[in-house]
Amino acid sequence: MVTERFGQGTRVVVAMSGGVDSSVAAALLVRQGYEVIGVTMQIWEAQDPLEEAREGGCCSLSAVADARRVADLLGIPYYVANMRGVFGREVIDYFVEEYTQGRTPNPCIACNQKVKFEALLHKASELEADLLATGHYVRLSYDESRARYTLRRARDLQKDQSYVLARLLFPLGEYTKNEVRVLAAELGLPVAGKPDSQEICFVDEGRHGEFVAERRPDAVQPGPIIDASGRVLGRHRGLSYYTVGQRRGLGIAAPYPLYVIRLDPERNALIVGPEIQTFAPGMRVAKLNMVALETLHPGTQAEVQIRYRARPVPASITPDNPGSVLVRFKEPQKGVTPGQAAVFYQGDLVLAGGIIQEPIWE
Amino acid sequence: MKRVYMDHAATTPVDPIVAEHMMHCLTEVWGNPSSVHSFGREARRVLEESREMVARLVGARSNEIIFTSSGTEADNLALLGVARRLARKGRHIITSTIEHHAVLHTCEYLEASGYEITYLGVDRTGLVDPEDFRRALRPDTILASIMLANNEVGTIQPISEMAAASREAGVIFHTDAVQAMGSLEVKVDDLGVDLLSLSAHKIYGPKGVGALYIRKGVRLEPLVFGGGQERQLRPGTENVTGIAGLGMAASLAARQRASRVQRIQSLRDMLERGIKERIPGVTLNGSPDRRLPGLLNVTIQGVEGESILMNLDLKGVAASGGSACAAGSLEASHVLLAMGFSRDDARGAIRFSLGADNTTEDVERVLQVLPPIVERLRRMRQGAGYGY
Repeated sequence: MVTERFGQGTRVVVAMSGGVDSSVAAALLVRQGYEVIGVTMQIWEAQDPLEEAREGGCCSLSAVADARRVADLLGIPYYVANMRGVFGREVIDYFVEEYTQGRTPNPCIACNQKVKFEALLHKASELEADLLATGHYVRLSYDESRARYTLRRARDLQKDQSYVLARLLFPLGEYTKNEVRVLAAELGLPVAGKPDSQEICFVDEGRHGEFVAERRPDAVQPGPIIDASGRVLGRHRGLSYYTVGQRRGLGIAAPYPLYVIRLDPERNALIVGPEIQTFAPGMRVAKLNMVALETLHPGTQAEVQIRYRARPVPASITPDNPGSVLVRFKEPQKGVTPGQAAVFYQGDLVLAGGIIQEPIWE
Repeated sequence: MKRVYMDHAATTPVDPIVAEHMMHCLTEVWGNPSSVHSFGREARRVLEESREMVARLVGARSNEIIFTSSGTEADNLALLGVARRLARKGRHIITSTIEHHAVLHTCEYLEASGYEITYLGVDRTGLVDPEDFRRALRPDTILASIMLANNEVGTIQPISEMAAASREAGVIFHTDAVQAMGSLEVKVDDLGVDLLSLSAHKIYGPKGVGALYIRKGVRLEPLVFGGGQERQLRPGTENVTGIAGLGMAASLAARQRASRVQRIQSLRDMLERGIKERIPGVTLNGSPDRRLPGLLNVTIQGVEGESILMNLDLKGVAASGGSACAAGSLEASHVLLAMGFSRDDARGAIRFSLGADNTTEDVERVLQVLPPIVERLRRMRQGAGYGY
């Protein structure tokens, strides 16, 4: 019952987080006749063992214990791979650096690119596995007409290198989350009822400012809160504590609600204004990954998603410098946040993705 | 797939004779050793026979042996027991940087509770210099704890020299002999130690039982309180079945050690030669001559130990490397780091530890599967050009 791409007994490494998605992915692959090896990446300092493990955190001791139980139930070999080095460099350092530059990073994307689909893929090769599977809800297929692998309904994966895509397997692509939970229960997996993970796995909810300040105290300094005209309205605690579109926690009394419009690391200033000023008609996106296309033609019509769980909105895309595009929304969009990912779709086909550089105001 | 077990330093398989004896005790001798009736007396007899066998193995008297739940507990009882007993006499303790975590983490705890710890460094082969030890002794030193043989690289320490210096200074000397037991001739009087920890599961006995030798006259504070068992040093109804297993394992070790060790060492040497011949860029970690007979710790240049171990496991070969963290991934070994290795070199280390059940075929199997794994990983690593 193995797909046409690979024969019965093909060896595949499954990235197991101990959650319901990757557990079901592993179970499906076993059922389909693959030779499955489970691997959990240890990417972060083990928590104080006495401390309650963060619910859904992906490298807590309880997560490893869950993944181990599932692997044991499936009768597959299981390993914990030490990836703390590459995670520290490519994700934590990047995360902190982005905040000190006044951007709001998405560490999960860096983790997917550099850790999961690079270091872990390498680990899979080391284990003589042809394929690496994850619990992402993605459909991957080879498109003859485009002569490349294409992704559909990807939400957090941008990769252009077809040699990487050619080795990835997403067993959950044809399922919904509810179906996966039902499957988990049917398969008797002990993680069937586990809640989804939501937050960044290495930072407690709402504590990213403190996290950055602990590591780069030099770069997190109090400074002025100003409005668009340069008028000083108050003091901020350090730019890393704020993100574009934020309304709460500014500590300023004003006749109308104030929102964060922009972070200015040059002047260490937080620029705030009324809600209307948070809407941008366009943005520049760089670090592009061309998933379905070689190039984008000027004026390409697509739907753009500008943050996790946001609804894609219609826009027109035009190449700017090499590796960067200008995006003009059909309707101005709120909270265009430098550092966050933007993904371009046509229907459920992923065209391309990139990192938001800056909003464009006219 | 026939599996090959070369991780005897982690734990050993239970000898069938031990298992049989334990099963007998588990089902037939279930009385409480403290009871006055015949059921109790039968259990007491098993307990005291086991004590006698352990005492004989280390050349002690049976009233100098206290049973514990593990080697770790024996280490804890030795260190905390002496430190608390003698807190008013002094608060300085000497140990080394390559001790087992059962000792190191206990020392760190004591340090946080107001004791002062001197951690003696080691040379490139993992050896503590007895001169360093002598110099570390102070008027307020109350205890020294140096392991007899290291569990990761197998280096055997000059314990008798250090214990003699310790005795001269009136300092209680403890040695963690968990790894050495069964491989070396261990006699407490030859070594001159006051306290010695051992564990059943490293000598073909069961997990969950250990013992502490306490020289007559050495006083300790207990860690737990309850009934009067184990001379009030380790109260709680005795784990009679486990202790019976330890006793039988000790008795077998005493009788079979010499012949076992000779065989194990020749297999180890065969493995070592074979690896060096077949794989370039291999270096031996630890001391070539002052080393446990079953232990082979090597660094294979340019490859991560973790990847080798996973690949060996997929071929049915069990070895180990570094020290596993709580989650089970490999960390650079604190022992190799203490020996002056870089983090990368430490992470390239793997340990084969051979035991009584290994055969020539086992060694041949490892020599057959290991070289292609290393070659492949090296090729890939060059291609990828990055580390973790």
